[in-house]
Amino acid sequence: MSEGSVVHRSHTVKVPNGLHLRPWMQFVKLAQNYKARIEVVKDSVRCDARSVLSLLSVGAGRGELIVVEAQGEDAQAAVDALIGFLDGYEDIEESS
Amino acid sequence: MKFADFVVREAVIADLKTDTKEGVIRTMVKSLLDAGKIADDEFEGIIKAIMKREELGSTGIGRGVAVPHTKHPSVKKLIGAVAVSREGVDFDSLDGEKVHLFFMLISPPDRPGDHLRALENVSRQLRDDQFCKFLKQAKTPADILHLLDDADHNQFGS
Repeated sequence: MSEGSVVHRSHTVKVPNGLHLRPWMQFVKLAQNYKARIEVVKDSVRCDARSVLSLLSVGAGRGELIVVEAQGEDAQAAVDALIGFLDGYEDIEESS
Repeated sequence: MKFADFVVREAVIADLKTDTKEGVIRTMVKSLLDAGKIADDEFEGIIKAIMKREELGSTGIGRGVAVPHTKHPSVKKLIGAVAVSREGVDFDSLDGEKVHLFFMLISPPDRPGDHLRALENVSRQLRDDQFCKFLKQAKTPADILHLLDDADHNQFGS
């Protein structure tokens, strides 16, 4: 565990198809820019925010709630950036 | 969703002979064609659609795994092919590593939920290191099918 308090924010999935491969790939690339330990929590299942395999396996469909949680020196910035990405994500027409 | 629900048993390849992204995709789509799951006149169109999806961002998700996929109106239900490459293929993966395990998914455009459930299943099973290791070591399609069946029956981790 890194030092510092735990920062977390929630996101309700809005994209019609749910969070599929492409958004999670972009999410992981973004998460890699931070030093904090970052996890995504859904229904008490915790996933490493830097593992696409881990994130894909949670299955975040439309309307479901996920929480991004981070701990470490840049935890706040990481959570803000990742939630900002999810909030702003829009599917383009071509499938996932 | 289990592997058995979407993997076409005749479209499982144990020893991919190609070392390019397009070669992998072409070989896997061909296996679905040979299995009678897609029509002759859709063959090139499906390859093109999968390659186009790759241009939006590689489906190489790291840890030696890729899930090339597309939606296509010519399929009535989700179908999948599986291939293993002993040597590994450069697939522009997230972690820069070569890809050894390929799970191809082709789904009808009106069933996005099925596609997501299949991706969930593939990724959940592939989180298990033993499962990945055994798949990479598989020598025949029968070996691969046996491992997929085991995974369906919870023989591997989570």
